[in-house]
Amino acid sequence: MSNSSLSDAINNSEHRSFISRIASQQTFWVFVAALLACIALTLMTDTFATERNLFNVTRNFAFIGIVALGMTAVIASGGIDLSVGSTLVISAMTVSVTMASGMPFWAGCLLALGVSLVVGAVNGVLIAYAKMPSFVVTLGMLSIARSLAMVLSNNKMIYQFGPDHDFLLWLGGGSTFGLPHPLIILLILAAFTSFAFRWLRWGQHLFAIGGNEQAAVLTGIPVSRVKVSVYMFSALMAGIAGILEVGWLGGVTTNLGQSMELSVIAASVIGGANLAGGVGTAFGAVIGALLIEVIRNSLILLGISTFWQGTFVGSFIIIAVAFDRFRQARGYE
Amino acid sequence: MSVLELKNISKNYGAIQALNGVSLTVEPGEVVGLMGDNGAGKSTLVKVIAGNFAPSSGEVLISGQTVNFHKPLDAQRAGIEVVYQDLAICNNLSAASNVFLGREPTRQFGPFQIVDYKHMQNRAVELFARLKSETRPRDLVKRMSGGQRQAVAIARALLTDARIVLMDEPTAAISVRQVAEVLNLIRQLSEQGIAVVLISHRMPDVFEVADKVIVLRRGQLVASKNASDSSPEEVTGLITGAIEAA
Repeated sequence: MSNSSLSDAINNSEHRSFISRIASQQTFWVFVAALLACIALTLMTDTFATERNLFNVTRNFAFIGIVALGMTAVIASGGIDLSVGSTLVISAMTVSVTMASGMPFWAGCLLALGVSLVVGAVNGVLIAYAKMPSFVVTLGMLSIARSLAMVLSNNKMIYQFGPDHDFLLWLGGGSTFGLPHPLIILLILAAFTSFAFRWLRWGQHLFAIGGNEQAAVLTGIPVSRVKVSVYMFSALMAGIAGILEVGWLGGVTTNLGQSMELSVIAASVIGGANLAGGVGTAFGAVIGALLIEVIRNSLILLGISTFWQGTFVGSFIIIAVAFDRFRQARGYE
Repeated sequence: MSVLELKNISKNYGAIQALNGVSLTVEPGEVVGLMGDNGAGKSTLVKVIAGNFAPSSGEVLISGQTVNFHKPLDAQRAGIEVVYQDLAICNNLSAASNVFLGREPTRQFGPFQIVDYKHMQNRAVELFARLKSETRPRDLVKRMSGGQRQAVAIARALLTDARIVLMDEPTAAISVRQVAEVLNLIRQLSEQGIAVVLISHRMPDVFEVADKVIVLRRGQLVASKNASDSSPEEVTGLITGAIEAA
């Protein structure tokens, strides 16, 4: 019997200590980088560590972070969703137009999230059942959804939101216990996503599909249905971010969320999601979004032209993927 | 009673006759080496047994009962598991997750059905112990040797209480030491009364574990005899056609 308990102990043992496990996580190093950037900025500028600036940073990164949660699910399943920025604007426009016409917030909210889910479902069905590449489908949707938002609003700015005007502005722009609402919602959604990735069969299946789709099919996982749900999840996150962003800005135009997909993909990839599929964490996406926003904010505070922002975000994606290649080439991972 | 019996199985694709009147039996716990050159009909035969497609004529019996498989799931329900050559395994998941892929046990947690990792873990330990494999359930499959990966794929068959395991070239493209590991796994399955149909090109591996060898040539069964009554030389002759039949 002692023999079997010994082998049980071996079977159940973790092979590496807690610290070495943490240190091998990309998320950890990205977090360290973000922390160092914050400390450096605090020392170099007297504007970074002000309450007002920190409030702005946390709120700004929350929108990218929320959308990055959905993007991480898509990337982990082996796909990509380029239409998130357009989904965000169509959701924002739907809630705005609905509320501007005198409807209450809940009606606009439900309608906006419904529209987002439809966008995600169309993406998902074309990708999962018509077997089209996610890159192509969502690139098409990027154009379609934004164009529909323009049709819906006649390309006008909307800044009057009917009877629940103040509530919408409070939801997106207000704070509770000193925390901006978008940040609170990000944390709740991140906790839920993290839970779903780890503990729901849905999470297991989406990672299996990203790891080896053929294997997922052969073992009887409902691959097509899971894929559709993943794109719907991504669109839902973009839809939620869209509603909050309208409240924060207090007005909406059809160029909201333009080229946002780039920052969102960067946040996911920096946070450890592997574009080849099968790897990614919700927490990583949040940290990735934080790092991007801190860098973006620092460029402004340090007086560097905002024209440089695209260079930084783009370089981040390339560097993060290069790191991945490097690790694979050395046989780690 | 034979766990698997094929009666006069034929399969043609248009004018091409892939299988021509193949009859054979497989007993519980028996290891059958299915051999033949490329295009001899091995894969077609395996796909008929695994329910990938129906035979053009003939009968398949499982434990004496005639079955008609329309899809692989039907065959799986009847106790037939296929271990694929390229291994239907996800490198990014743990061994235990791979064993339970698509069949994860769940338990209630508030409003959610959550994956029961503890149960998976314990079952996997038990299954690997039955296979006498040193595979650790929590390890990621990508860090495993070819033999351990085979153990993961085979443990899946044990999980479903399969009665017949079909293995397509399990020893191709792995090291000599790992081949020994895989052959051991096959012996373990056999000892538990599970029949194994082993499709392989590698003569020494087949003769090492098989109780019976079956040779196909151009869609026809040319030999079905005890491995101990045959020899690699004879089987080579049968495969190439140098020996007509045995």
